Amino acid sequence: MNNLEFTAIIGISSILAGLLGALTGLGGGVVVVPLLTLGLDVDLRYAIGCALVSVIATSSGAAVSYVREGYSNIRVGMFLEVATTFGAVTGALIAAKAPTRVIAILFGIVLLISTYLSDRPHNTQAVDHTADPLAIHLKLDGSYPTSGGEQPYHVQHVPSGFAVMLIAGAFSGLLGIGSGALKVVAMDQVMQLPFKVSTTTSNFMIGVTAAASAGIYLGRGYIDPGLCMPVLLGVLVGAWCGAKVLVRAKVTALRLVFSFVLFVIGIEMIYNGITGKI
Amino acid sequence: MATTRQWTDQQVEITISMLLRTGVTLAAAIVIVGGIVYLFYNGNDIPEDHIFRGEPADLRQAPGIFNDALAFRGRGIIQLGILLLILTPVARVAFSVFAFWQQRDRLYIIVTLVVLLILVHGLLATG
Repeated sequence: MNNLEFTAIIGISSILAGLLGALTGLGGGVVVVPLLTLGLDVDLRYAIGCALVSVIATSSGAAVSYVREGYSNIRVGMFLEVATTFGAVTGALIAAKAPTRVIAILFGIVLLISTYLSDRPHNTQAVDHTADPLAIHLKLDGSYPTSGGEQPYHVQHVPSGFAVMLIAGAFSGLLGIGSGALKVVAMDQVMQLPFKVSTTTSNFMIGVTAAASAGIYLGRGYIDPGLCMPVLLGVLVGAWCGAKVLVRAKVTALRLVFSFVLFVIGIEMIYNGITGKI
Repeated sequence: MATTRQWTDQQVEITISMLLRTGVTLAAAIVIVGGIVYLFYNGNDIPEDHIFRGEPADLRQAPGIFNDALAFRGRGIIQLGILLLILTPVARVAFSVFAFWQQRDRLYIIVTLVVLLILVHGLLATG
């Protein structure tokens, strides 16, 4: 197999990874890493470098459509980015020291948890919370558009949300993923933001979080241009197609199949990490 | 709504997201050009991504990447596109500093500057 064939295979697989990531809502990163390591025998460090780059691309590329809807809260996003970027830099520094098999096992576990979290039904009913003094001081409260006009909301448990974001950022820097599922949990479950606000704000934060560790990976020589080129372009095309499909079709049944696929991949990552094949 | 606010949050976000999309599109275009050059000259080489060696020094830092790209090396041009992609969210945060400054929101100018500082640290960190 020469570079031309290798590039073509990776490009086509990455389109599927981007599609799968978009349809499950988990993002391309969590699919790209197992695809490259388990499927194509690429070194884990190169795979993580590529995943980070494609995460930035999909997050930034999707921002326009998200922002137009008027859900995202830039103050919540910016405030929590302090936690995620700090976590990401820490995660990237740990990644340099940790053996790849440990990273592979952790990756599998996080993949299983993320799949579980994104499949859980979420609370769409707005709950009327009382205002939290800390949230008011930080100007985090906002409102979002509903069929009955602008619906205001009050942000809760700011310190706990911040702490979960530190962990989400560390996973992002350590594993090369967007940590979107964990970010949504921090905002939706812990801080009690409306679900739509959580997902759109999370998308906004993912790119910035990934950029914090991508710089470190680049400086360390983990980002291989020949490998990243087909991954990056493939994931972008796949994510774009996935977004189109999501608008048109009801994908509940498909999601179940995809979740099962991700579950198997997660188990395989853990197994390969334990046996030392990665 | 205060009339002194020149930019509403919504306007800021739309401008930012356009900035992001432009950055991604430009980066992808550069990566495609680099990819064509790379495959034209190195298409028949054997890939060695299963062995981890780390990239050569010139593909790790901005000056080296610029030199390689100017020398029309495929890998250098791709890396230039990737560097631009990494810088896109950084530009977004930098623009947010400006936007909060327009709104005279001192607290969020500081918050955003902290994020920017962490990002720049990540970019300049070596090893």
